[in-house]
Formats: sequence, structure tokens, C-alpha cells
Amino acid sequence: MAAYTLRRLLGAIPTLLLVVVLAFLLAHAAPGGPFDSERVLPEEIEANIAAFYHLDEPLPRQLFRYLSNVVRGDLGPSYRFRDHTVNSLIADALPVSVMLGALAMIFAVVAGISAGTYAALRQNTLMDRIVMAFAMTGISIPVFVIAPLLVLLFAVRLQWLPAGWSSSDSAWRLLLPVVALALPQIAYIARLTRASMIDVLASSYIRTARAQGLGTAAIIRYHALRPAMLPVLSYMGPAVAAILTGSLVVEKIFGIPGVGRFFVDGALNRDYTLVLGIVIIYAALVVLFNLIVDLLYGVLDPRVRFR
Amino acid sequence: MIAAKQAFRRARDNNAVFYSASALVAIAVVAIITPLISPNEYLTTDFDRILHAPELAAMHLFGTDDLGRDLLVRTMMGIKVTMIVAIVASTVSLVIGVLYGAIAGYVGGRVDAVMMRIVDTLYALPFIFFVILLMVVFERNFLMIFVAIGAINWLDMARIVRGQTISLREREFVQAARLTGVSSWRIITRHIAPNLIGIVVVYVTLTIPQAILVESFLSFLGLGIQEPRTSLGALVSGGGNQLESAWWMLVIPGGLLAVILMCFNFLGDGLRDFFDARQTA
Repeated sequence: MAAYTLRRLLGAIPTLLLVVVLAFLLAHAAPGGPFDSERVLPEEIEANIAAFYHLDEPLPRQLFRYLSNVVRGDLGPSYRFRDHTVNSLIADALPVSVMLGALAMIFAVVAGISAGTYAALRQNTLMDRIVMAFAMTGISIPVFVIAPLLVLLFAVRLQWLPAGWSSSDSAWRLLLPVVALALPQIAYIARLTRASMIDVLASSYIRTARAQGLGTAAIIRYHALRPAMLPVLSYMGPAVAAILTGSLVVEKIFGIPGVGRFFVDGALNRDYTLVLGIVIIYAALVVLFNLIVDLLYGVLDPRVRFR
Repeated sequence: MIAAKQAFRRARDNNAVFYSASALVAIAVVAIITPLISPNEYLTTDFDRILHAPELAAMHLFGTDDLGRDLLVRTMMGIKVTMIVAIVASTVSLVIGVLYGAIAGYVGGRVDAVMMRIVDTLYALPFIFFVILLMVVFERNFLMIFVAIGAINWLDMARIVRGQTISLREREFVQAARLTGVSSWRIITRHIAPNLIGIVVVYVTLTIPQAILVESFLSFLGLGIQEPRTSLGALVSGGGNQLESAWWMLVIPGGLLAVILMCFNFLGDGLRDFFDARQTA
């Protein structure tokens, strides 16, 4: 397994390299620069700025300089937030985003598997239909619709919860963003769990367990849950990507000072180094998470061998 | 082809598929007709009725926005733009995906291995970030939205078409055609492509809601459709800014967006079930 992990980590290097080069070239193909402003600067100053950020060098050399810095863990200076490096900006913002994403993920997995199992145990009853109707609705309502609706209902009308990040210091300010991020994923996971749980419950070893007198709770816990979770596990990679995407809008809507908001603002402000840094960090996170998911297959399913 | 026809006949008799298809057609028709018969233009502002709640007597059935523009006409305009983006983007992903998948599947061997390895690598990329970069680079060009969205949605299509092509390639009628000296191009266009139509239609139905999601997501962030044009995502974004004063600006376009997405999801799910049923039977 250690050899497998190592090989997968090495295999991720070309992917990440591709990400860096593609993103770098895209950012530099963009018309207009980060230092275009209303005020016309004297030519000497513009030249100085360009020289300071190495923007006067030929593109291949800029790319090489950037790559060698990234390899050493230096993402460069931010073009917009003067006196800040991209590293320090991301270091400030990443913990907030990771906490938000992790909470949403845990909530989505727990709630989704519970709802899916519940529906599978009551297959084709009214409760099953209701849960699945909710799941279909959850899949169809985008995060950027559900999030403002939650704010409208719970913050503006009922005034139970704070509407934005800065309007409160309590942990309650996390609740609405986490729920908004998790809802579509709960819906997906519930649907996946229901389908695979119905399959597993129909298999012969479950019938054997039932014949031996095991109760439903014990059957689910000791026999059905692990195999039924395999499709959910395969969905974890896309789920992380969806939560990262969702965090872009959720952080904007709730005014959360996380990486997602930096990315959108950075793209609009042409802060290329910041945008590039965030793309690299996110790509690395996605690749790492996919590796963890693949390793977890072995934990859930002992038949899986790592080659 | 016969299998596809059977599947569609069964689909017609299925309630979820029938009602969601009908609802989509109805929404499209209303979206096209309403601006023609409405007394309001989507750009004209009614200064006497800014942020006016939905009211029939005021001739603003969906209310007005913060500039006094009629929300009914703007929402219908948004539906049209959203649907056009979705259809064109799905066509882009359809063309790329089918060509890529059919070539990889038919040629096979090392070419197939390399082409599918590229798809695997692309799967690992956080695509939405590249789309956002693309939108910035190309200055939010209307056309680029289509291309960008289409360019990220072709991976699933390529995989499915490849799998289907590989199984078709080994079937007797294709081997018979090859044996009698039919050219590869003719085999792909006359024997393999027609048999791919069914599964491709199903997956196009499933890529359309994804394309709608990406477009409205970009528009919500202010990177997609630009004023004075609008889309459902842009309208939801505007509604989010007027949350405390005008609930209708969020609820109406957001609700319609959800309904459209749900119809496409039901449609795709239902159609897929028919093809799966055929394969297991």
C-alpha cells in the first residue's frame, strides 16, 4: 500500500504541472494587466513596476521562474494586495474555507447516508417517496438559489440566525453556509445510498443474517452499511469538487473571508498570482482527496488490492 | 435504431418523462410568447413602480426590479438566454465527446490508451476555475460562454461513447461489414453512429442541466451574461442583493431555474432507465 501511495503521489506531479502551466498561460493571455488604472503613470514608473514583477521578461522565462518558485513553495507576491504575498493571503483564508468545507462534507455524508438508508428500508412506501422527492428537489436547486433563500427565511424574516459572517462572532454564523453547501450533496448521497442499499439488502448473505435472527439495526450496522457505502465513496471526489465550487458562491453570499471569495475577486481584479496560487492549491487538494478516497476503498472492501 | 425507437415509445408512456418534457415545452413556449404580448419592454424602466411587488392591476405580474424594469419580461428573457446557452453548450460537448469517444473506441490499442489517459487527467482538474479564468481572459464574450461550458462537459460523453463503440465494434454486423471491405469511415458513419444515437440522446439530456448550472453560476458571480442582457443566474444574483426589500426578485427566477433543472433531471433519469432496462433485458 505504501508503494501504491507513493506511485500515485508521483503520478499526480504531471497533472499538477499541467494545471500550473495551463493556468499560467491563460492568465498571461488575458488582455489588460493588473496595474492598469484610471491614472496614467509615467513610463519610467510603469517600466519599474514591470521590472519589479519580472513582467518585462520573455514569457518562457517568466513561466520557468514561476515554476521554480512554486516548487519551492513560493507562490509569489500578490499584484493587488500590495505588501502581501500570495502565501500569506492563502494561509489566512484557507483555514476558514477548509473548516467550512469539512463541516459541510461531514454533514452531507452523515445526513445523506441516514436518509438514503431510511428510504431503502421503507422502499416504495410513502416515506420513501417523500425522502426521494426531497432529494430530487435538493439536486435541482443550485447553491446560489438555496443560500439566499436560507438567508431570506432564517435571517431576514425569522431572525433566528445571523445573515453574514461579520454580523456575529458566535459559531451560529457557520450554520447557514454549511447547510447551504451540504444540501445538494445530501440529496446526491441519499439517492446513491438508497439505490446501493436496496441492492445489498436483496443479496443472499443479508437473507442468511436475517434467517439467523439478526435485527434490522444489527444487519445494517454489521453487514449492509460497508458494502452499500462503496458507491458513495466513489462519489466523494466529485462531491469535494462540488463543495469547492459551491464555496465560491457561499463565501460571496455570506461575506466569508475564505479562499473562494479571494478567487472570484482576484479574477475580477486581474490579480493573476493570487488566482494562480488558488488554482494550484485547489488542484492539489482535489488530487490528494482522490488519493485518500482510493485508499479508503481498501478499508471498506477487503477484496480491493492495490497494484 | 429500433432499440432507440422502442425506448422512446416506452418513455412516452412514462409519467415522469412525459410530464417533465411537456412542462419544458410549455415553459419554452411561454418564454417566447410572453415578451411579444406583454405591454412592457425588458429594458424600459417604470419610475413610478420601482421594486413594486407582483400585482396584476399594475401590469407587473412578477413585480419590478430595483430599476423599475418588469420582472416578468426579464425572467422570460432570462429563460430564453439560459436555454440557448444550455442547448449550444451541450451541442459543443456532444460534438467533442462523440468524436473523441468514437475515435478512441474504434481505433483502440495504444491510441485508445493515450486518449483515455488524457481524459482521466482532465477529470482531476478543477474545471470551474479554468472556466472562470477563460471568462476573464476573453472579457466575458457571449460566444465564449458557450464554448467554455461545452468544453468542460464532454468528458462523460467521451467515456460513454467509447465504451459503447468498443462493444459495437465486436458485433457481428460490424465485422461482416469489415469483411466485405467497407471502409472504416463508412463503418463509423453508417453502422456505429446510428447505434450510438440512443445513449447519446440520454446523456445530452443529462448534460443540459449541468450546462444550465454552470452558466447561471458564472452569471451569478458576474462573469457570465452581461447587462443589459440577462439570464436566470444573473436575475438570481440581482435578487440576492435586494433580499430584504423584494423577495420576488429572488424567489421567482430562482424557482423557475429549479423547476427547469428538475424537469431536465427527471427527463434524463427516466430516459436512462429505459436504456438500462433494455440492456438488462
